[in-house]
Amino acid sequence: MNSSIRTFGTDVSAQSRLMQLALAGLLGLFVIGFVGFSHLEAAHNAGHDYRHSMAFPCH
Amino acid sequence: MTLFRNVVFVAALAGLVAGLFMAAMQAYATVPLIIQAESFEGAGAGHHHHGEEAADGHSHGEEAAEGEEGWAPADGFERFFYTSMANIVTAIGFGLVLVVVSEFAGGIAGWRQGLFWGLAGFATFALAPGLGLPPELPAMPAAELGARQTWWLATVVATGSGLALIVLRRTPALAALGLVLIAAPHIVGAPQPASFETPVPAALHHDFVVAVTVTNLLFWAVLGSVAGVLRARFADEAEAAQKSFA
Repeated sequence: MNSSIRTFGTDVSAQSRLMQLALAGLLGLFVIGFVGFSHLEAAHNAGHDYRHSMAFPCH
Repeated sequence: MTLFRNVVFVAALAGLVAGLFMAAMQAYATVPLIIQAESFEGAGAGHHHHGEEAADGHSHGEEAAEGEEGWAPADGFERFFYTSMANIVTAIGFGLVLVVVSEFAGGIAGWRQGLFWGLAGFATFALAPGLGLPPELPAMPAAELGARQTWWLATVVATGSGLALIVLRRTPALAALGLVLIAAPHIVGAPQPASFETPVPAALHHDFVVAVTVTNLLFWAVLGSVAGVLRARFADEAEAAQKSFA
């Protein structure tokens, strides 16, 4: 697990690489999920035109 | 956490560029059609918002109570501002997903590879779910929200996995499995409303579907290409810095 991998100009261990990438990916999914899928009224209304324009299931 | 920082930096910059571009495209191509469709909302089916009317004629279970209207941005600049913010923020989110997935496949090496990654993102996040659940306008009927969101999500996961199996693994068996994954959500079928009756003219809806699909295509192409350019530049610079220390 400790073999160093060259990724994106940095040397990281396989474990650390996986962890950092997973963290960044989860952050992305959280952001998309909140803006695109949140049932909160205010979040829905603020992103209304965006949701329609991205064909996210809405209403 | 250098890798995390680099990924976030590239995704944020690419997302900012692509999100602003998308907001500008939407302002011309999709939002005018949404506003036009909203004028049909009083006429029977559909939901209501932007504080125009009292609750009546809910054709699909929106949770808002009678006459209760939550906060909504005022029409005009405020509405445009929030739409733009939503575009930029989610573009960064899509950028994060794009960069992370591509890192597992060795990283995007330049604008052209990025363009192909962007096209894959378009197919996964817009084209495939849009086949079963075409972009809707306000005042259009739709099946229950939870079921549609589940189908949308499952379709995105299946299409993305299917494309990855076809492109990143090079065996006929896995390519076939990939095709099955891509087709499966459409064989199951997206949840549809009991009735398609709507006061929105078919021509308006058709224009909207085309506008949404084309703007999404361009958005993903820009997001992928910019991420590719930034990633290549970033990796080069880090490489050079490393060498100068050696």
